[in-house]
Amino acid sequence: MKQFTSNPFYKFIIFPIGQILVFALGASLVLSLFTVLLAYIFRSAMTEFDLVERVLLILPQVVINGLTIGFVYSTIALGYTMVYGVLEFINFSHSEIFMVGGIVGVELMAYFDHTGALQTMNQYVIIALAILLGMVISGSLAVTVERVAYKPLRGAPRLVPLISAIGMSFFLQDAVRLILSLTTGEFNVILPNFGTFDEFLILAVPGIATPLRFQIKSILLVGVTVLMLVGLNYLVNGTKIGKAIRAVAQDRPSASLMGINVNMIISITFLIGGALGGAAGVLFALKATKLDPFVGFFPGLKAFTAAVLGGIGNLTGALLGGLILGLLESFSASYLSTFTNGAFGAEYKDIFAFAVLILVLILRPSGLLGQTVGQKA
Amino acid sequence: MNKRLLALLSVLVLASMVLAACGTPAPVATEAPVVTEAPVATEAPVSMGTIKIATQSPLSGGQSLLGVAIKQGAELALEQLGGDLAAMGYDVQLAPYDDQATPDVGVANAKNIVADSEILCGVGHLNSGVMIPSSEEYHTAGLAFISPANTNPVVTTRGYLEVNRIVGRDDVQAPAAEEYAFSTLGAKSVFIIHDKTAYGQGVAEFFRVAAEEDGITVVDFVGTEETANFDAIIAPLVASTPDVVFFAGIYNQAGVFFKQAREAGFEGTFLGTDGMDSSDLADLAGDALTTGGGMAYTTVAGPASAYPSAAQFVEDYTAKYGAAPEAYASQGYDAMGVCLASIKAAAEAAGGTPTRAQVAEAIRAISYEGLTSTIAFDDIGDLPFAKYFIIKVNATSKDTWGTNEIIASFDLPSPGK
Amino acid sequence: MKTFFSELFKKANSGFWPIFITLGLLIAGTISVYQNPRSLSAFLTLMLCPLLVYFMKINMKVKVFIGLLLIVVILPVLGIRNIFYLEVIFQMAVFAALALGLNIVIGMAGLLDLGYVAFYAVGAYTWAIFGSKQLSLLHSIPGAAPAGAEFALSPNYFWLFLFLGVGLAALAGILLGLPVLRLRGDYLAIVTLGFGEVIRVLALNLDKPINLTNGPQGITPIQRPPLPPEFILAPIRSLLTPIVGHVPTDAEFYNVFFYFLALIVIMIAILVATRLEDSRIGRAWTAIREDETAAIAMGIPLVKMKLAAFAAGASFAGGMGVLYAANRTFVSPETFSFLQSIGVLTMVILGGLGSIPGVIFGASAVVILNIQVLQNFSLYLSELRQSDAVIPIINFAWKDLSNQLDPAKYQKLVFGIILVVMMIFRPSGLIPAERRKRELVEDKE
Repeated sequence: MKQFTSNPFYKFIIFPIGQILVFALGASLVLSLFTVLLAYIFRSAMTEFDLVERVLLILPQVVINGLTIGFVYSTIALGYTMVYGVLEFINFSHSEIFMVGGIVGVELMAYFDHTGALQTMNQYVIIALAILLGMVISGSLAVTVERVAYKPLRGAPRLVPLISAIGMSFFLQDAVRLILSLTTGEFNVILPNFGTFDEFLILAVPGIATPLRFQIKSILLVGVTVLMLVGLNYLVNGTKIGKAIRAVAQDRPSASLMGINVNMIISITFLIGGALGGAAGVLFALKATKLDPFVGFFPGLKAFTAAVLGGIGNLTGALLGGLILGLLESFSASYLSTFTNGAFGAEYKDIFAFAVLILVLILRPSGLLGQTVGQKA
Repeated sequence: MNKRLLALLSVLVLASMVLAACGTPAPVATEAPVVTEAPVATEAPVSMGTIKIATQSPLSGGQSLLGVAIKQGAELALEQLGGDLAAMGYDVQLAPYDDQATPDVGVANAKNIVADSEILCGVGHLNSGVMIPSSEEYHTAGLAFISPANTNPVVTTRGYLEVNRIVGRDDVQAPAAEEYAFSTLGAKSVFIIHDKTAYGQGVAEFFRVAAEEDGITVVDFVGTEETANFDAIIAPLVASTPDVVFFAGIYNQAGVFFKQAREAGFEGTFLGTDGMDSSDLADLAGDALTTGGGMAYTTVAGPASAYPSAAQFVEDYTAKYGAAPEAYASQGYDAMGVCLASIKAAAEAAGGTPTRAQVAEAIRAISYEGLTSTIAFDDIGDLPFAKYFIIKVNATSKDTWGTNEIIASFDLPSPGK
Repeated sequence: MKTFFSELFKKANSGFWPIFITLGLLIAGTISVYQNPRSLSAFLTLMLCPLLVYFMKINMKVKVFIGLLLIVVILPVLGIRNIFYLEVIFQMAVFAALALGLNIVIGMAGLLDLGYVAFYAVGAYTWAIFGSKQLSLLHSIPGAAPAGAEFALSPNYFWLFLFLGVGLAALAGILLGLPVLRLRGDYLAIVTLGFGEVIRVLALNLDKPINLTNGPQGITPIQRPPLPPEFILAPIRSLLTPIVGHVPTDAEFYNVFFYFLALIVIMIAILVATRLEDSRIGRAWTAIREDETAAIAMGIPLVKMKLAAFAAGASFAGGMGVLYAANRTFVSPETFSFLQSIGVLTMVILGGLGSIPGVIFGASAVVILNIQVLQNFSLYLSELRQSDAVIPIINFAWKDLSNQLDPAKYQKLVFGIILVVMMIFRPSGLIPAERRKRELVEDKE
């Protein structure tokens, strides 16, 4: 048995995928049960319609929506959490790195559309190219931002680099808008129509009235993020670079004494985090079909909340936090109106994340899975 | 701040002031926003001074397409219709301001506008949320403004002499949309969604009231600021299978929503408001607009083709600006026309340059033959009868936006105060 | 070259020169603004005066006299001549007060608050709800204004609500502070950001179940306090009429009135801030800012002190919020965005964390930049765009310049650059805090 668990195939493929599966299913199950329970409790209070029936009707769809957006949050949250782990600093401009990735990806597809290649090439090749380009641009942008705006401030009081990061975030938003406006005349970028991503995979499950509908792009989104999470897990836990990253995160001076090039490792951390953010941006664009330079702000904040929820600095925590937050958001936005009979509704979706953040910070500041972070935070 | 630098700077400034004082007081480059030259009159009358007419609309940002149309329509009108005032000896100029679709900017600009005593009349705004606070400034300064696009009832129901509009109102537009949904589409249930702006929420509320009166079931009434991912709203929407989804908002949000809702399996009809009247909607939503129950919107500003006398305008506009007029360009043209005619009437009555109060009075007294209709105002500044259109979208891309057809148009009376 | 300038500077800042230069600039600036009421450069010249007054070696009493002359007499009179300047100086005063409040939280206690504008919203909505007809509209549809709605309170209650706004905002500060005090710097920043967003979303959405805020429609009209009685206004009016060239209207008097109110709040803010800085509380804040752990070890009551900082900072914003609501007679949630919070933060950072003259300078500079320089630059560009002018060497016609290149629209870009550049090159701000300056000057002498 021991031999089996140390088998790299198990350690780097089976185990992480299993972990993701457990998290996703577990979180969905817990929340679903909780909601149904609530519906039973308040059933008698609602006279106009059957609360339980109404809740169950859209439950599968709500779970799928929540998981889809949850995986996006997880992927962005990894960028926050990695940088926090190494530098103990909130990279506020990460949400803009995410946005840039998405816009670059869409622009590439728009370019293919322009040349006509969009309809002739294999759709998955196009997506793969867009994601790759998004990763490269976002990753290098993240490294550049670090060099320009954070590196000169290393060793300054904590608030100084944070304020610089906020400035960078604002700068990037408007800079992207300026570039887009100057080149195309407007700053909305629209995903061209192509391929079969909008279609649905319909799965009739016995015992459930409405068949489950999985949109192909949601499946693609989840698939790619899972792939990246597994890859990241291998990179951090299975390679020399990963070891160096963990060493720097644990104790920077000692790591430096051990011959690790700390600056290099910090740049690599930003590169990886940025690339993940960029990929998430492209996938998010596929889902949203329209992006603008300000689209990163809320997903970024929520991803940060997810990172804190899971325990900042902890990669598994970021994954779990993202999934939980995505599900919570989906549930609250879809059901709040039903449960309060229209008094409150989906418009409170965005502040729900903050409520979660404040609660977590009060009740368990180190997050769900964070232990090592206690002394750092 | 470096002391040395500062001292140096002040010495320099001082020196330049002394120099400037010796020479003639040259106009400073960034002084007043003066853009369009008045048309040169053939004879040279005695110069009576300068009259400026302000425009305020979003010239940049997400809604600039419509805001620029207002400004350019007004600009064209000044060029073509300013001759009378020029013949009287006035140098008539346009002072365009950019309100950025933001109330605070609108109010700051309004103060800037009322501070310029040469401005006698104004055209604007695009957004009711900007018009309402800004018009408080116009009201206190007695400066008349003519709105080419604001449909929120509050704009005129405050009863200010200085505030007029040449389009219809939301409390008529929304019931007209509801009437279409109820009678023509035969809708039994409706899902109402708005964009959490003064404009969108206003229309949505009027629609809800009308729908409830007719016995249409309002499945849900949602406001959202979301612009990218509408999943959480769409899940309950699709499950409740309403006949009609009424979206009160602006095209750049609605387009994405329509697309995602259609993808998620909504088969009914989308109904929109005049904020959808932009060719960009078709690019955003694609064939979501024509599949299923299709999409239609109400508007207070029909396409230029809806106005028989506007053909020449479309030609001139296209020749000058290189693109066909977007919605509200002809309204901008008419608003400017009313301004010019009223200033002329007031000037003739006063026997010289009129005051702002005289212009404001003249506007209320005028009967003006415009492109869009014969314009005359009631006692609160509304048109006694305004035009409303229902337009069915046939376009699936920007280029085919012209194929949309007017399926109904009404002349409905203003509800008054 | 360098020696020439330093010689020039030395000469300019010794003997009678400082007072001569300052007065000269003041007079020249006043005259040029008076002559060209719509000229930006004339106004900027005049606005250079307070800086000179601050920096030049002039007798303290003379400094105060010149400063008061400028702020209390010259600016309002010129403002009545061109009402737009009243808006500029009012906004400068409002943001200076906000920046002073934020400075207490960030500059003195070292707590980064990214949702500061929330307290401003609390103040504004306090008076907006009670000073308008909103109370009789609680059960009507937002946007509808049924006949018969009455103002709930007489406008005289404004004065009471000025204090209530201060109190409520302070309370909100304490409520926010209680749960988040255990957090350190960066977490606190994000939580306050969230809090700011929560307040805005509440203002936007509390039109149901009961219509408290009128949602996105905003609340209007809001009452203003009555002007001083006519026997005071009449002589001022007749005195000003020949100077400004027209009979000052009530609307203009209202603008001046609110400007002076804002000035009073600033005076109080400065007084409180300076008194606090050298008090036990101020020293405790400094200790917390420099090293929290050490501060606890020294027996500083951490929770109490942090709460005090939050409450003190918030109260200024609350007071300004009430003023703002009455001045605008309109409030809507759009005013209280995250951008606004960052705007105030930018003012504090630009001027100098913890430095009172610094943040006032920062607020003035950012306001002028925002509503005058960028706007004028935009208009100038649009003027060029419509002309036939061509840039000579590269043969670029201005006509072809994109419509989107519009500086006024790129506030975020400007704020972002200011924040990053200041943090990297001059984290203590353009006019660093007194304490540091004191050290520097002592070193030199």
